[in-house]
Amino acid sequence: MTMTTGNSIPAGPSQWQRFRRSYRHLSGFKAGFGLTTVAALLVMGLFSPWLAPHPPNAQDLMVAMMPPDWTGPNVLGTDHVGRDILSRIIYGSRVSLIIALSVALFASVVGVALGVVAGYFGGRIDSAIQKVVEIFWSFPPLMLAIAIVAFVGQGLAIVIIALTAQRWIPYCRVTRAEAMALRDREFIMAARTLGASDGFIIRHHVLPNVTLSIIVMTSFAMANAIIAESSLSFLGLGVPPSIPTWGGMLSDSRAYISSAWWMALFPGLAIFLTVLGLNLLGDALRNQFDPKLKSH
Amino acid sequence: MLLFAIRRLAGAVPVLVVVAAVVFTLMQFAPGDAVSMLISDEASDADKARIREAWGLDDPPLTQFLNFLGNAVTGDFGTSFKYKMPVMELVLERLPATIELALAATLVAVVIGIPLGVLAAARPGSFWDSFTSTFSFAGISMPNFWIGILLILLFAGHWHLLPSGGRAPWGMGLETMTGFLLLDALLQGRMDAFWGALKHLALPALVLGTNMTGIITQLTRASVQEALREDYVMTARAKGLGGMRILWRHAFRNALVGVVTIIGLEFGALLSGAMIVETVFAWPGIGSLLIQGISSRDYPLIIGLVLIYTAIFILVNLLIDLLYTLIDPRIRIN
Repeated sequence: MTMTTGNSIPAGPSQWQRFRRSYRHLSGFKAGFGLTTVAALLVMGLFSPWLAPHPPNAQDLMVAMMPPDWTGPNVLGTDHVGRDILSRIIYGSRVSLIIALSVALFASVVGVALGVVAGYFGGRIDSAIQKVVEIFWSFPPLMLAIAIVAFVGQGLAIVIIALTAQRWIPYCRVTRAEAMALRDREFIMAARTLGASDGFIIRHHVLPNVTLSIIVMTSFAMANAIIAESSLSFLGLGVPPSIPTWGGMLSDSRAYISSAWWMALFPGLAIFLTVLGLNLLGDALRNQFDPKLKSH
Repeated sequence: MLLFAIRRLAGAVPVLVVVAAVVFTLMQFAPGDAVSMLISDEASDADKARIREAWGLDDPPLTQFLNFLGNAVTGDFGTSFKYKMPVMELVLERLPATIELALAATLVAVVIGIPLGVLAAARPGSFWDSFTSTFSFAGISMPNFWIGILLILLFAGHWHLLPSGGRAPWGMGLETMTGFLLLDALLQGRMDAFWGALKHLALPALVLGTNMTGIITQLTRASVQEALREDYVMTARAKGLGGMRILWRHAFRNALVGVVTIIGLEFGALLSGAMIVETVFAWPGIGSLLIQGISSRDYPLIIGLVLIYTAIFILVNLLIDLLYTLIDPRIRIN
């Protein structure tokens, strides 16, 4: 991008600089908002018992469907069986956090391993891995996860496996392309000439060079996992209903839509802000590290 | 072109077979017994055994799979446990509703997303650009079931402007011709029915289109911005062409390939999104059918729908590949 600006006289340097400056401000805001969200999610998830004013499953029909009251005991109101919405949102962050972190971890391990191997070795190994990618890629988004949960059953572990099954693909595709480009670079050829083994080259030369893309993709993968988990919970296909989740809370709210708007508004807002933060963080990281990644 | 289409179609067949095998394997993990879902607990063991026999549930899995595959080729996905109807018939009855919804959502996304993206690209760094960026990220990050519930709350619950669910008012008396209600109403010259169906379609289409709007906006902005840096834009400017003309006729047109790709890819995502949106709005499409099938453990229905969904997804991607060559003749098929 910067290379072309030297030639593009009509745009004018001052205009270009203005553009860059405003862009950087926007990027800074995005990163800030994103990091705040991640920090908030971590704090909420780790310290739920200390932060939540009430136990998340404590029912009290005497106070069922109380509207939000900023000065009362139920700041964000209560649900149809009198559970405190705020406490359930705080505890619900745990499932989102666990799912987002585990899916990102497993998907990146599987996807990067296969992608790097496929891209680095090429040939038959590559085409075999590409066949597997093609199969997984043929399922519409969320369909494989829904099929897994529908048949195998519900539970935290199954949801993590189901979401990992659909999320390792982007990691694999991007790292494959990068490993392929790296394979013929001089420093890798030099390492090979010096007698380095493939394993050594992959560990010390290929992986460090794909790390930035992995970090960027992880931010988006976490956002995607949170939306996907809440969709499954909303459909009643996620973790068991005894565990508070944001999607499950929204599912409960449907029956009381006309009488208790707060049951729908706040859990959804929690999902929205968290996912927005992770997406903005991913975008800021992408702009920072590698504008080329945008095409993926 | 035709050869390319045929070859791509043929290439999709083994993929579909493997997809079928994956789904069939998953089904073997299914807890509980389909028969127990079907008949009451009071039925004798002999009766249950007879039903297992009749449904072929005692055959070895491989035999069951090959039987299933053989039948599936002829469009026979078996009989739904719950509806006691052939799966294919159920799907065909409800497919137009889903397609109608997905097309309407695409239209919403294109009509909002493309102008926003192009205009943001024309003035990078401006207020308009920041607004568009924020708007598109919000669109991508909102869970569509949440927007759905909130819009129902406002438009149906609070303002009573639009219906909260369903596809058409009761007793509209419209004859089914194509299954697409809007089209049927137009063909029969029933403007009242058209208006009724449109009111039912508005909220679900808007909700389903939200994520796609965000994605189209971002991608249009990026591709137009890239096109604006090309030499031919400078040439056009040097020729003295107006800004709008350069923007739309030159830059946007060249950015269109990327935009069409993303519309195609996202159309697949819409099909998945439709499962959730249809459930929220009680829209009688194949998405809500699948979710109902899952909650009633209607295995033939689930496996049939997953496969049909995937087949449609593959087909849409193929169509997009063909569309490229029409938009950009430089792309050679090899």
